[in-house]
Amino acid sequence: MADLLDVKNLSVSVEEKAILDAINLTINKGETHVLMGPNGAGKSTLGNAIMGNPRYTITGGNLFFNGENITAEPVDKRAKRGIFLSFQNPLEVPGVSLGNFIRSAMEERFGKRIRLWDFRKELKASMDILGMDHSYAERDLNVGFSGGEKKKAEILQLLMLKPELAILDETDSGLDVDAVRTVSEGIKAYQKNMDGALLIITHSTRILEALNVDKTHVIINGRIKATGDGSLVNKINDEGFESFLEG
Amino acid sequence: MAKDRAIVEDIDRSLYDFRYEEKEGEFYKIKEGLTEDIVLEISEKKNDPEWMRDFRLKSLEIYHKAEMPNWGPDISGLNVDNIVTYVKPNTEMSQTWEEVPEDIKNTFEKLGIPEAERKSLAGVGAQYDSELVYHNLQEEVARQGVIYTDIESALHGPYGKMIEEHFMKLVPPTDHKFAALHGAVWSGGSFVYVPKGVNVEIPLQSYFRLNAKGAGQFEHTLIIVDEGAQLHFIEGCSAPKYNVANLHAGCVELFVGKNAKLRYSTIENWSKNMYNLNTKRAKVEENGIMEWVSGSFGSHVSYLYPMTILKGDNARSQFTGVTFAGKGQNLDTGAKMVHIGKDTSSFINTRSISKGGGISTYRSAVVIQNQAKNAKSAVSCQSLMLDDESRSDTVPAIDVRTNKADVGHEAKIGRISDDAVFYLMSRGISEEEAKSLIVSGFADSVSKELPLEYAVEMNNLIRLEMVGAIG
Repeated sequence: MADLLDVKNLSVSVEEKAILDAINLTINKGETHVLMGPNGAGKSTLGNAIMGNPRYTITGGNLFFNGENITAEPVDKRAKRGIFLSFQNPLEVPGVSLGNFIRSAMEERFGKRIRLWDFRKELKASMDILGMDHSYAERDLNVGFSGGEKKKAEILQLLMLKPELAILDETDSGLDVDAVRTVSEGIKAYQKNMDGALLIITHSTRILEALNVDKTHVIINGRIKATGDGSLVNKINDEGFESFLEG
Repeated sequence: MAKDRAIVEDIDRSLYDFRYEEKEGEFYKIKEGLTEDIVLEISEKKNDPEWMRDFRLKSLEIYHKAEMPNWGPDISGLNVDNIVTYVKPNTEMSQTWEEVPEDIKNTFEKLGIPEAERKSLAGVGAQYDSELVYHNLQEEVARQGVIYTDIESALHGPYGKMIEEHFMKLVPPTDHKFAALHGAVWSGGSFVYVPKGVNVEIPLQSYFRLNAKGAGQFEHTLIIVDEGAQLHFIEGCSAPKYNVANLHAGCVELFVGKNAKLRYSTIENWSKNMYNLNTKRAKVEENGIMEWVSGSFGSHVSYLYPMTILKGDNARSQFTGVTFAGKGQNLDTGAKMVHIGKDTSSFINTRSISKGGGISTYRSAVVIQNQAKNAKSAVSCQSLMLDDESRSDTVPAIDVRTNKADVGHEAKIGRISDDAVFYLMSRGISEEEAKSLIVSGFADSVSKELPLEYAVEMNNLIRLEMVGAIG
């Protein structure tokens, strides 16, 4: 099977401080990977580095997407290739409506004009999966959205942009049980209907309950300490990260 | 991709130094500065009525006595000793298309302004469709009894008396040096009279009128909206207006009658060598409503603070403004609200953007006089700086002389957030586009007040200004 994402010996620092140390990770098309680890281990850093956040400096190693080296590529180019990052704290952008924004982004992603009629139909269908009121499309991007609404708006963008790889950075944090369930529905739709690959960053396991997990990675102090199948999630659930800390 | 726009940093003096072209006699006049003879020459050319000629001469006297403003942005680049070079009749028409700066030509092109129109906007003087549009507009409103014409013609018609009663009564020549200059040398502009109870449904656009007449340096706008009448007047245009003589000292006087409503929208986009010292003022009677929508782009230096005098009880005014100061620009803009009547209310809502070392200053004053019981005023001003070299200042003044008033002020100054740019880019949007979106979004509460085609043009302008903001 062809590799979708290849992270090779990737080291990353933030403001001169080394965070990730020689990370290796391969995600194949359609696979779901989970990245777990205690706070400050470098989970979000890996997500941001894959997306190309200029705040994060790559000090060593390479990133390959569909076999092409994207290590030096700007964020927007990566997005067009089909990489998506769901933000932990999505930013508020006044004066830009959620609907218009998604449509502009789709036009960039697919390199063609999206007809308004088709767009509206698809948007409504996706909003329904997430139980979002259609009026949100007219509201300014994330402005005045509650924590849960912001996360839903992120998953809405995921469904509309149909990336090949979606990185979900703590998408479940701060959500109540119902909201986690709804967001999971959206993620499941992406997984099934679009055969999308996922890298789910989380330190809880609630969001994973309804999803099939192919691989689980445990990251501690900027290094991948263990990789296993979906059952590793249960182990962490029962025992925490303690057993990975020594050594 | 650093593609900075060309800016006019120093004004090429050869463009308005007429010594080599003019006869010796005139050379001496120039050295003396602005004289009575020159003002009389203008007056004669305009075929002024006697009172107007006297008014010009009186203004000239005041001009000579008045001091230059000792606050605000530096205007020492203005050649005040040789002020005559700015006001000499017909100087603005004497240039050729070749002399028009390249950045202005480019902007015309990017905004999709037709060839003939470009030449007219650049002051080269061209005849085109504007004449016709203006004529049609005039005919349409005339059916409702509305007068819409240039001031010169109106002075000699049945409304001559009305003009005499209102001309520079709100902005007297004694107001400041450039008001006095305006009084002495004003030329061109618009006169609108909306009779009692008439609701003018189509917005009147001076753009067509100014283009048709080729005016626009010391133009005077006088609008009188009589009791219960309504009007939307749109002044200016989003394309840069270029003048060789780089001083603009226009004057706008707006009279809003009892129960009347006036909306005055304007986009000023002068070429980047311009000193824009414009004075705008409105007086609102009982229950009247005055709405300002103002976009300030372009110019080298601007002083612009439209003022509303809320004279009648329950009079209301709203000012919505956006200012964009780029490289080499110092734009000092804001608004002034004076509450006199009881239960009057005002709202000032502004956005200013600075980039590339541009300076944007928000300056406002809210004055609530003793008799203005239960007056309400709210101010919200927000500034966005796009880089570390740009500057934004806020200078709000509030003067309340009654204890029965409700006054609020909110100011925010910030920078464009890298995280927001990253967020938008992570959805496939380019850096330039992401920044444009953020800036347009920031100005959105203002642009949505503009007529649609102007809002579109303003967003295009922001986009144009943002080219070169990255790098």
